[in-house]
Amino acid sequence: MPPQALVEIQNVNFAYGNRPILKGVNLSLPKGKVIAVMGGSGCGKTTLLRLIGGALRPSSGQVKVDGQVIHELDHNKLYLMRRKMGMLFQFGALFTDMSVYDNVAFQMREHTDLPEEIIRDLVLMKLHAVGLHGTHHLMPAELSGGMARRVALARAVALDPMLIMYDEPFAGLDPISLTVVGNLIRRLNDALGATSIVVTHDVQESLKIVDYIYFIADGVIVAEGAPDEIRSSSKPFVHQFVHGEMDGPVPFHYPGGNYQQDLGLRT
Amino acid sequence: MIGLTKKLRSIGHHVVDAVWRTGYAARFFFLILLYSGTSFQRFRLTVKELFSSGVMSLIIILVAGMFVGMVLGLQGYETLKRYGSESALGSLVALSLVRELGPVLAALLFASRAGSAMTAEIGLMKATEQISAMEMMAINPIARVVGPRFWAGVISMPLLSALFSAMGVFGGYVVGVVLIGVDQGSFWSQMQAAVDFQHDILNGVIKSVVFGVAVTAIALFEGYDAPPTAEGVSGATTRTVVQSSLAILILDFMLTAFMFQGD
Repeated sequence: MPPQALVEIQNVNFAYGNRPILKGVNLSLPKGKVIAVMGGSGCGKTTLLRLIGGALRPSSGQVKVDGQVIHELDHNKLYLMRRKMGMLFQFGALFTDMSVYDNVAFQMREHTDLPEEIIRDLVLMKLHAVGLHGTHHLMPAELSGGMARRVALARAVALDPMLIMYDEPFAGLDPISLTVVGNLIRRLNDALGATSIVVTHDVQESLKIVDYIYFIADGVIVAEGAPDEIRSSSKPFVHQFVHGEMDGPVPFHYPGGNYQQDLGLRT
Repeated sequence: MIGLTKKLRSIGHHVVDAVWRTGYAARFFFLILLYSGTSFQRFRLTVKELFSSGVMSLIIILVAGMFVGMVLGLQGYETLKRYGSESALGSLVALSLVRELGPVLAALLFASRAGSAMTAEIGLMKATEQISAMEMMAINPIARVVGPRFWAGVISMPLLSALFSAMGVFGGYVVGVVLIGVDQGSFWSQMQAAVDFQHDILNGVIKSVVFGVAVTAIALFEGYDAPPTAEGVSGATTRTVVQSSLAILILDFMLTAFMFQGD
């Protein structure tokens, strides 16, 4: 029997106005796994996370998290559901007017009645888990990009969520930070018994840490598989993406009309 | 013909946009009030905002108030001297400040000092996804971020305008009595006799509360509604200052017409 799915996306369509973003996407996220959703910029990856988090409603189809259809929940139930989710935003989205400590403690203070001493211990434990013990007094502006991402990660797992969503966790990181964040995603998922979805276009790093990969292009899932299958895939799109080739199914040139005609070389 | 249709369509588009935005702003304002209870539960957040919008505006308010009062002293003395009624300088200075200049100028300064800062701060929080992050943490940003700022603005506005008027009266005293030599006794006694608590001071306080609501609501809405880009935030900051200044002056006329009609 396959493991039970925590998130199920069934035949979801979504459009911004008249611009379709997702066209009939089906995807499932088994409990305890780390899956990646890959695709070029603007292909609807982040939209997918917003649909799971209930920030957007699908035009048709449904997104189920833990057995509940997200867009049918009322405000209070949606907020209760979100307490069980953690999200790491693209550039961390740390609260810039609060220290590292207050950022990590934020949800604990807002959602629980824990005494401050216990919150302190929890915050120090979370910071230690991401390798940043001793940084609690710093302000976000004093952190490097990689450190800020790790603090945001500590904040995202502050309440031990069942589902952790990562929006481009590797964007703009140096190679060392990249490996650190990649490993943390895997380790935290396994240590917390959580389920993770990583939206990214960093192929090499994610192939190392995830269990399963979906490729999205033009709003549909064009390929899926375990990392080994993806590496050896002969599908032209996957091959171009994994090897970072300049031309292929995704063309180098913008479809901008006839170049020679625009230069006046041919009438 | 096609040009005309295009123009008509564009006008229609703008009108629909404006109506939609007004509705959105009204809904936003309603939500601030709805979630005020939650904002007040964490009153220390409001106190923090009182510091950054109220206390930090003190210097500009006090200095401006002092100079406005000094100018009033000079100009008032020049005019009153023609009619031989220099002794009425105290009442002129106090009435102009308490009824009009205090609430209006303090609100204009507040809009450009604190209102623009609120818009820029919330606009940037939105641009850097801090607002989305809060929503994803199941924390309502209107209750947590917007509400405390709104109430801090509404509470600090009348206090700032009172301080502005007090400094203005002091400035008028310095110029009128200390420098020019108007009789001190008649300066203060005329002021006491002319200024009525309910008619002048209370109406001034009501004005400044209304301005406080208008300025902070505009500033917060513009920040919350700002497109998440550098131009978006800078445009929103400009709109805050322009719109709240106009709102203050228009509301001032309307309130004055109600409060002081038939005087």
